[in-house]
Amino acid sequence: MPVLKTDALELRSGSDVVSVRQAVRTWAIEAGFTLVDQTKIVTAASELARNTIDYGGGGIARLELLSEGSRRGLRVAFEDQGPGIPDIQQALADHFTTGNGLGLGLGGAKRLVNEFDISSRVGEGTRVVITRWR
Amino acid sequence: MDRIPILKLRDLLLVTIQVDMHDRLALQLQDELTTRISETGARGVLIDISSLDIVDSFIGRMISNIAAMARVLDAETVVVGMRPAVAITLVELGLTLPGVRTALNVDKGMALLEHTSPARVDQPEADARSQD
Repeated sequence: MPVLKTDALELRSGSDVVSVRQAVRTWAIEAGFTLVDQTKIVTAASELARNTIDYGGGGIARLELLSEGSRRGLRVAFEDQGPGIPDIQQALADHFTTGNGLGLGLGGAKRLVNEFDISSRVGEGTRVVITRWR
Repeated sequence: MDRIPILKLRDLLLVTIQVDMHDRLALQLQDELTTRISETGARGVLIDISSLDIVDSFIGRMISNIAAMARVLDAETVVVGMRPAVAITLVELGLTLPGVRTALNVDKGMALLEHTSPARVDQPEADARSQD
């Protein structure tokens, strides 16, 4: 699948969450997303970026603008070298939280995108990839 | 600017969130708003989010917390001006903002707050009275 462009943003603090939101918004507009679709992927990215910082101890967000035939897509991968998630199914369930959140982050983000992939190894880190197509 | 202004309108406090809030700013707003409610005896808090292009679970939690804290301090909170795309996304995310009332705009939010505290009597300002 052709990748039109890529970028990587560091995730260390709360202001980095804002930077990721702004970058995802700009790219979603470039991909021709409707306002609602822009809002969904920006919101999902905001949830996952915060997870990367709060639970993964920081990491990186990788953006990819995709092209497949006539459609455009936006993929964002969130990677950390944190403690990992022992039980992914449990972590995806609504209202499951280990922190002080509402426990909507992972499951909620999954509902806002077309494709959602998560891989995690305890002691090594977590990678969550979301994709939304126009 | 690193601060969200809180305006006093009669016995209401109006907060217009216009910046892309990062986490520290959100927590600072919580602190300042509860302090202002306590100092002014405000009966209502209007939070205008018409400038926000997303509400994620962090901001949602902050709004719910403000409403809960305000209620303990005898003030009602109304969130006004949510954008349609934000409302759609919020529901799909699973965020229902429990205990938070909403209105379409500031006018309707003020009307809602006036309506819910019928026992309250507006006291005219002292200098306004002296002009009579």
